[in-house]
Amino acid sequence: MKKSHIFAIAIIGVAIVIIISTAGDSSTYVNFDEAYQLASNGSTSSIHVVGELTKDADGKITGIEKSADNLSFSFMLVDDKGKAQKVFYNEPMPPDFLRSEKVVIIGSYRNDLFVAKKILLKCPSKYQEQKLNAGV
Amino acid sequence: MHYLIGNLGHLSVVTAFVTSLVSAFAYWKATTATLQSKDAWLQNGRVAFYGHTFSVLAVVVTLFVIIQQHYFEYHYAYSHSDSHLPGYYLLSTFWNGQEGSFLLWMFWHVIIGVVLIKTQKSWEAPSMVVFALVQAFLTSMILGVVIPGINLKLGSSPFILLRDAINDPIFKLQPDFIPKDGQGLNPLLQNYWMVIHPPTLFLGFGLALPPFAFCIAGLWQKKYMEWVKPALPWALLAGGILGLGILMGGYWAYETLNFGGYWNWDPVENAVYVPWLVLVASIHTMITYKNSGTALKASIILTIAVFILLLYQTFLTRSGILGDASVHSFTDLGLSGQLLIYLFFFLVGAIVLSIIRWKEIPSSEKEASVYSREFWIFLGATTLCLMGFQVLMPTSIPVYNKLLSLIGIQSNLAPPANQVEFYSKFQLWFGVAVAIISGTGQFFWWKKIDKQKLKNELITPAMVTLIVFALIIAFAKIYKPTYLVLTLAGVYLIVSNAKVLLSLIKLNPKLSGGALAHIGVGMMLIGVMFSAGYSKVVSLNNSGMLISKELPTEFNRDNLLLFINEPREMAGYELEYLGERYEPRHKSGYVNKNHVDPTNNPLKVVARQDILFKGTKLYSAKDTFEIYPENTYYEIELRKNGKVSASLFPRVQINDQMGGFVASPDIKRKLSRDLYTHVSLPMNKSEEPEWGKLEELKVQMGEEFYINAKYTSSLEQVTRIDEIDGIPLAPEDVAVKAKIKVQGERETFYAEPIFLIRSKSQVGRISSEINDLGVKLTLLNILPETNEFLIGINARQKDWVVIKALEKPLINVLWLGTGVLMVGFCVAMVRRFKEFEESKKEI
Repeated sequence: MKKSHIFAIAIIGVAIVIIISTAGDSSTYVNFDEAYQLASNGSTSSIHVVGELTKDADGKITGIEKSADNLSFSFMLVDDKGKAQKVFYNEPMPPDFLRSEKVVIIGSYRNDLFVAKKILLKCPSKYQEQKLNAGV
Repeated sequence: MHYLIGNLGHLSVVTAFVTSLVSAFAYWKATTATLQSKDAWLQNGRVAFYGHTFSVLAVVVTLFVIIQQHYFEYHYAYSHSDSHLPGYYLLSTFWNGQEGSFLLWMFWHVIIGVVLIKTQKSWEAPSMVVFALVQAFLTSMILGVVIPGINLKLGSSPFILLRDAINDPIFKLQPDFIPKDGQGLNPLLQNYWMVIHPPTLFLGFGLALPPFAFCIAGLWQKKYMEWVKPALPWALLAGGILGLGILMGGYWAYETLNFGGYWNWDPVENAVYVPWLVLVASIHTMITYKNSGTALKASIILTIAVFILLLYQTFLTRSGILGDASVHSFTDLGLSGQLLIYLFFFLVGAIVLSIIRWKEIPSSEKEASVYSREFWIFLGATTLCLMGFQVLMPTSIPVYNKLLSLIGIQSNLAPPANQVEFYSKFQLWFGVAVAIISGTGQFFWWKKIDKQKLKNELITPAMVTLIVFALIIAFAKIYKPTYLVLTLAGVYLIVSNAKVLLSLIKLNPKLSGGALAHIGVGMMLIGVMFSAGYSKVVSLNNSGMLISKELPTEFNRDNLLLFINEPREMAGYELEYLGERYEPRHKSGYVNKNHVDPTNNPLKVVARQDILFKGTKLYSAKDTFEIYPENTYYEIELRKNGKVSASLFPRVQINDQMGGFVASPDIKRKLSRDLYTHVSLPMNKSEEPEWGKLEELKVQMGEEFYINAKYTSSLEQVTRIDEIDGIPLAPEDVAVKAKIKVQGERETFYAEPIFLIRSKSQVGRISSEINDLGVKLTLLNILPETNEFLIGINARQKDWVVIKALEKPLINVLWLGTGVLMVGFCVAMVRRFKEFEESKKEI
């Protein structure tokens, strides 16, 4: 076997490892029931859940509980299957949290509580064409 | 309404589009034409390209005039600027929108194109075909023309009127309505790095085009070997500038954003990192080819790959496909289809051309020996490509989901949950490989070297490496095995290249570019390892509180709650929050918010007293001056052993475009480490605070009393007043003002509550608040029979701020390494340009 062949095989080997690891380390979008299932099967890896905050009849967001020292907070999130779940986040509340249309949480279940390690927010105001502030 | 300028701009865009096509056609004819007509076609191509250049410059000037003159009837000016932005930020407004950033890219291309026409006589026609075609595609992105019949919109014009872009009822009533002001530039981007980072990055993109153009021209004209010579210097220039542009972005993020670092492995960042890695790999294979005639095919493949990857990153960041995955990609302007065509045109074109010519490309059959320089360079280039591949695969996850959904499969694949950890764990080992390969490869400079010679060469650097390594771990206390390996590899890379550098400086300093660049890379590796791997949260709060009933786990808090004027311990410092500050627009320094009064103009405030900053007087009492009302700075004093060692001013910016507020850090820089502090939660001052129960106190004039059991206070005087806030009292009204001195932790305050009797019977009381102490004093009653005054005291929670602080060791080594890398690129580039100039003379 020529050296160049060994070289080529080595490259292909590394590339395969990369592809497999990408598939293995990539996370998934799931709903709360699936996430709970995963956690009760002993998986501690982080998954993505997409959902919306719970609101009352007036459109006011409900279920937010801040810790006394403001250093952490928890909230209720409804996934696309309609299941509401309490989520805990060990960081102060992000500034645009209450205005976000959709919330992506990355984390996992600890017992019956979902602990988010990271929160991504989709805010309607950020990019959408705003109404003109006429008369300005 | 200024219609003319917009029409002029749009006309220039159309002209630019047409002239680029004409130029491509003429240059194409010039490559196939017979000798007699060749010159005429060349001339045509040239004239058309100059016409194109002129039109692009006209578009740039027109758009800039619209922004600079604040013509808010245009959507671009309205949505990206406002009338009080300073000039240099108006410049960054220009490329704030997607259309403008395309324009910036085109602008660099025409400049580079003109340089090519002037300098590359023998390559002009075929390479300019590629150039003109690229320009045609780019121009089409801002064309804004609807093709009649099929109703297809081609491109998004920057000259669109506001009333055509936004559907607002006011335009029905008043078609000529012009808003008085624009929406302004995102304050986050009002930073000097944002003025220079995008042009640098796009110049890097632009400079990557000539190597691609020469490569395609070489394949096309069957000049398989000759294209490398003109391409190499441009590739080096592109590598330097693009690398600089990327790092500037990282530096901006470090200074302005609050994720605690300079690199977040966000898809948008990855999308430019990958082409840069491949570009660096292509530089290496081109050098190998020039020296030994091997790796020509690899150079061709890599040079094409760089450009295609740049087009792919353009697609990723501008088509909206990253939507869910990235925090800072552009929105979809409806250009996805056009961007895909652009990508596939060059992808398919380049691949087909390569396949047709493949057999004819000369390749060297001789096996590269393990002891040859070529072998090591090739190994390094391969590692760089795999390094890029590893980043490219997961970055493209949104693309896979899209592709699968096109064939009807619902895929729920998400990017890795912890991007930083995921990418770092791979890139770290690639970094080690790169360091070992490029450290060792340098010893094969003199082509013929055998095992024995190599041993002799290696022995000194190996010894030095081990000594330096031992010193570093002794001082820095690294225990993690992966970090030990990375440090060792980094030190080896620096030491071995330093040895080569020393011998080259004696021999011929012009050749030292490579060694310098490699030393820079080694420093960057070590800087990254320390600053990222040993970054630690120093505001750690080990209170170990139980968070909730559901969760029997204790959490440590990464954030620290600071009350005003109440010192806390952190990382060996005593830390004290001193209050909120404004930044004046025209003087450097900070102004206590309690020392100014607002005016009707939100940009202006009036000084309540003389304003000092660090001993120098900024303003006198009653001065009116301008501030940045959207920015609040939180002064935090750091003390060590009772001595003030720094004042930090982390910033919170009210920013509706970013959804509320954005916090930026303040960094205390020391040679060995940075202390990085940002606000994670400011107090909401617009909410009415919750006041505690009223406490009543009878005092006599001059008598000392305590507020909140800790602030010594006394009633100094009570005077009758004739006016309240400048409004004179009615003749039958009586008002008195008390002056109460309160000794705070650091400052003496005076509260001046007012007691008012209106129409002889109605009692009114105006309380006086001392913001920094969180107390409100009221003059409740005057008791003449006992000569006493009844004072009411309310207290609230004191002002607070929640901060997070990180320590970043040796981050300066990273920045220094970046500088060395850039110098290396420059030295190498100068050498290759000279080489190319000399080769032209020989012909």
